Amino acid sequence: MSTPKLHAPSHRHRKGMLPALLAGGLAASYLLPYFGVLSPYVQLILISVGVNIILTSSLNLVNGYMGEFSVGHAGFMAVGAYGAAVLSVNVLPYGAAAPWLFPLAIVAGGLAAALLGCVVALLSFKTRGDYLAIVTLAFLMIVKSTLENLDVVGGARGFLGIEKLTTLPWVVAWSVATIWVIRNLVHSRYGRDIQAVRDDEIAANQTGVDTRRAKVLAFSVSSFFAGVAGGLLAHHLQFINPRMFDIAKSTDMLVMVYLGGIGSLGGSILGATIYTLLLEALRPLGAFRMMLMPLMLVLLMLFRPRGIMGMREFSWLLPACDRDAREAAASDVDKDGKA
Amino acid sequence: MCLLEIQGLTHRFGGLCAVSDFNIKVTEGELLGVIGPNGAGKTTLFNLITGVYRASEGAVLFRGSDLVGRAPHEIVKLGVARTFQNIRLFKELSVLDNVRVADGVHAGYGAMDALLQLPRFRREESSGRERSMQLLERFQLDEYANTQARHLPYGLQRRLELARALATRPKLLLLDEPAAGLNVGEVDRLMDLLREVREEFRPTIILIEHSMRFVMRMCERLKVLDFGTTIAEGTPEAIRSDPKVLEAYLGEETPR
Repeated sequence: MSTPKLHAPSHRHRKGMLPALLAGGLAASYLLPYFGVLSPYVQLILISVGVNIILTSSLNLVNGYMGEFSVGHAGFMAVGAYGAAVLSVNVLPYGAAAPWLFPLAIVAGGLAAALLGCVVALLSFKTRGDYLAIVTLAFLMIVKSTLENLDVVGGARGFLGIEKLTTLPWVVAWSVATIWVIRNLVHSRYGRDIQAVRDDEIAANQTGVDTRRAKVLAFSVSSFFAGVAGGLLAHHLQFINPRMFDIAKSTDMLVMVYLGGIGSLGGSILGATIYTLLLEALRPLGAFRMMLMPLMLVLLMLFRPRGIMGMREFSWLLPACDRDAREAAASDVDKDGKA
Repeated sequence: MCLLEIQGLTHRFGGLCAVSDFNIKVTEGELLGVIGPNGAGKTTLFNLITGVYRASEGAVLFRGSDLVGRAPHEIVKLGVARTFQNIRLFKELSVLDNVRVADGVHAGYGAMDALLQLPRFRREESSGRERSMQLLERFQLDEYANTQARHLPYGLQRRLELARALATRPKLLLLDEPAAGLNVGEVDRLMDLLREVREEFRPTIILIEHSMRFVMRMCERLKVLDFGTTIAEGTPEAIRSDPKVLEAYLGEETPR
């Protein structure tokens, strides 16, 4: 192993850059619309890219890092959307204070979703794989029909009169927070435990991994951020109904996860961005785009079954110590190559 | 000193008695071999000790406390580690991360430390990485540190599994057919490696093995199982000529 000190300059150079870039991005997301540089249409697309990034990276935690096949992500999203909307419409005050209390509503929606995530995690102690996929499907159907029959939130007609509180800076901030939290989790012993469960649950347990804790953690964090995305969407569209959170919505998220690549946050960012932008760009094709997108998926599964980034990661998404190790390993290879 | 004492351990799968009335005392530092024909209940015995199965009857006293009914990950934390008959690595993880998962058993940071990247998290992670790297160097696996475990050749996968088990810092190491699938040269190297492991890490070892050469050279004491019951116990020399053992392996002698 070469000494990490050798790489200190380049590393320090990059270390300061990422926070600066993020701060710059956040400022831009506020200032550009403020000065009218970004058209409302572009803002709209950016907001849906951000919401999709949150959904995709959180689903990747369960489907990619833990290797389960959850199709219930839209259900968690629905719980977050309705939870946040009910809170902001019925409990929190309207008017000047609303934008400041908005994060509270989003977090509450996320927590409600995380609670249900824990329930699904409990079920995952006993079932795995295909059978757990069926359980998540059942969960999604239960959430949807419960909402359809719950008159206090408008039933099948939907929930109206939500204040427009979701702005581009909020979406950027929540997307960054999601990536940051999941990245820190994945590159810790908790994340390694989750991945060990994916590769071999029995071996993991026999290596000292508390597999139940790993499952609860993965499902609750994943569903929390699905709930956050739901809350953001509700306060963006100002109207939600149960049909928005059906199996098709879950399928969209699955496509983005597998397009970008399982077990990779960089993949999730790419997958969500490409899919959202492509759907928008292909809009002139009308109904044909809905044939083109699945075709793309088929080709992807044939030629790159693990997605664009499958199990790999951009080095700027790695924590500092892992990045150092990777650079050291890469330079070792260089030296070997020259020698 | 007695590290492990198993008393009257019995396990039934439905009507089948996989292990019946198993008793043993293992002293610290010992290397005990468990042999027996296929289906004799050897792996079931390991699964009972490590908590995969919960024993129908009996007690597994490890350093004085009963392991029966404890969760597998707790048993690992107490100091029992194992390898598997058919290698079970974390295939998609890197060789280094395979060891880090095991090393993480003793990591002293919580979820909040990790989420907020607090100093304690950084400190523990870097020391854990260093320890794991040293272990890989010890097992001559360091050049594969960043390789996915599934890409390792078979012999090295066996070695990695042993390194992973040692990373949990076990007092008792259970090896389930460590020589399975290895050629003669590799078995010799494994024997050398095991001797070094005993000297350096000083674990107590129970090992299941079919390779008689391996067992006869490595073990001080043997226990022979057949159909879940102990049929013989003693030094390798005594076992070799025990008529009951010969019968279990080769069948009864019939008059011509």
